[in-house]
Amino acid sequence: MTLSRLGLRSIVLLYLAALIIVPVGMIFYRTFEHGLSQPIDAVTSSDGQNAFWLTIVCVGIAVPLNTIFGVVTALVLVRQDFRGKSLLNAAIDVPFAISPVVIGLALFLVYAPRNSWFGGWLMDRGVQVIFSTPGMVLATIFVSLPFVVREVMPVLREIGSDQEEAAETLGASPWQTFWKVTLPAIRWGVTYGVVLATARALGEFGAVSVVAGSNLTMPLFVRKQFESFDLAGAYAAALVLALLAMGVLLSMSYLQKRSTKEA
Amino acid sequence: MAISVKNVTKRFGDFVALDDVSIDVPDGGLTALLGPSGSGKSTLLRVIAGLEQPDEGQVLISGEDNTSTRVQDRNVGFVFQHYAAFKHMTVFDNIAFGLKIKGEGSGVIRERVKQLIDLVHLTGFEKRFPNQLSGGQRQRMALARALAVEPRVLLLDEPFGALDAKVREELRTWLRRLHDEVHVTTIFVTHDQEEAMDVAEQIIVMNDGEVEQSGGPRDLYEDPASEFVMSFVGPAHRLGEAWVRPHDVEIRHEPNGKTIEGMIDRIVHLGFEVRVELTLSDGEQFSVQLTRDEVEELELAEGQIVFVRPRVTRVFAMS
Repeated sequence: MTLSRLGLRSIVLLYLAALIIVPVGMIFYRTFEHGLSQPIDAVTSSDGQNAFWLTIVCVGIAVPLNTIFGVVTALVLVRQDFRGKSLLNAAIDVPFAISPVVIGLALFLVYAPRNSWFGGWLMDRGVQVIFSTPGMVLATIFVSLPFVVREVMPVLREIGSDQEEAAETLGASPWQTFWKVTLPAIRWGVTYGVVLATARALGEFGAVSVVAGSNLTMPLFVRKQFESFDLAGAYAAALVLALLAMGVLLSMSYLQKRSTKEA
Repeated sequence: MAISVKNVTKRFGDFVALDDVSIDVPDGGLTALLGPSGSGKSTLLRVIAGLEQPDEGQVLISGEDNTSTRVQDRNVGFVFQHYAAFKHMTVFDNIAFGLKIKGEGSGVIRERVKQLIDLVHLTGFEKRFPNQLSGGQRQRMALARALAVEPRVLLLDEPFGALDAKVREELRTWLRRLHDEVHVTTIFVTHDQEEAMDVAEQIIVMNDGEVEQSGGPRDLYEDPASEFVMSFVGPAHRLGEAWVRPHDVEIRHEPNGKTIEGMIDRIVHLGFEVRVELTLSDGEQFSVQLTRDEVEELELAEGQIVFVRPRVTRVFAMS
């Protein structure tokens, strides 16, 4: 009994170590292998700083938008019945199903001025989407869209509509019911969805790279440094990215712990 | 009349949940909607609350036509089978919810909630969360929450359905006493005929989306209007064309021409009452309810051949 449990535990640990802990640990090690100055120079260079802020802009727009959209969509899909519901439900998963590069290419086809009427129309009004920030934001939104919806839907199903109906019989308007009853009930589902969406948005490479042009987000910056043989710079930027993502994950497990305590 | 439902029909797709239903509930009364699952009783309650919109017909509350009034404006208290407690709020905040929505001052809220907490015997539990309460306590909290806004009518949807038998019985007694204190017109839905007879002054029996009969517990039992009511309200057996209650049957050791032969399969002692289970000569299963003394006097035993004679039978027109 104990032996088999130990065996299972070692298998899990080995698997995680070989595939996740060692490679990520190597980044830490390599970054500081030749002292602090080289990596610090790399991430504080103007390219490095620009990449950092561009990533923050993409995540800062994509995640809040997808959170609002995600909660509304989950409510519509769980609480309402209408024709085409299963189609909408399937459409939510498209960003999971298709390769990010294809997503980037699709955006390119819709928004590039030379390829599409719509892109040209936007360009005439001074809005450049492709090879500019709007396109990168759009790509980030696209790839991180399903997370909040998919996390919130099962929670909504589980809590049912009893609490919402009870609030209504007590005089609460739909708006009051949402803020005072529904949202508090689904808040951990929303939190988890936001964390996953943020992690995904931070790390997005494929879709963004197609529409980025010469602009760089952190993952693109890592790739550029790597290709130009600035390995220390690449490791340093990768480390910043990894720390951001881990910070998000840790804050989630902290929140979860608090939620179980509150009960 | 506190509540009048007039010719209400409600369909869900092809399923007719309520078929031209009309009921009247007197002011201040305690009324049970009794029926098997799928009979439409919960749907009727939800239509009265405004949680469902009827396809046809009218709902009048205190004489006003409320058919198209929003749930929020109907001022009805509703208690759900699974409590519908706001899990992220304390007992105090749950009960205060409706008062806060109404915009009452915090002094008024504190006083009113305190009164209600006393009324439902939850003093000392104000700061607990619903998952720190037992089922019975949660349901009492839900009841206090519904009563907080001083509803015109109180609607309870299988309020004791999720509780175990002992708590259920306690809450029944408690609900009846509470009703004597608060006097709000109350309708509760149940599938348990004993619960309906125990608690309600008036019972409305529903079946297949229609009202079968309504009346006092005694009227329904003594004078059922249909085979359905006969068999649903209280135990009943069919003997040929007629129906008979198990306590309206005599057991003898000798035939007398009008008796039916049967063999005793089992004698079940339920305290003062004894249930004698028989197989009749035509193969039908049958049970007779006797007292302990009667069984001893007759010296009944399992495996005996006996003769039964119904004292009172009822025959219903074919429906």
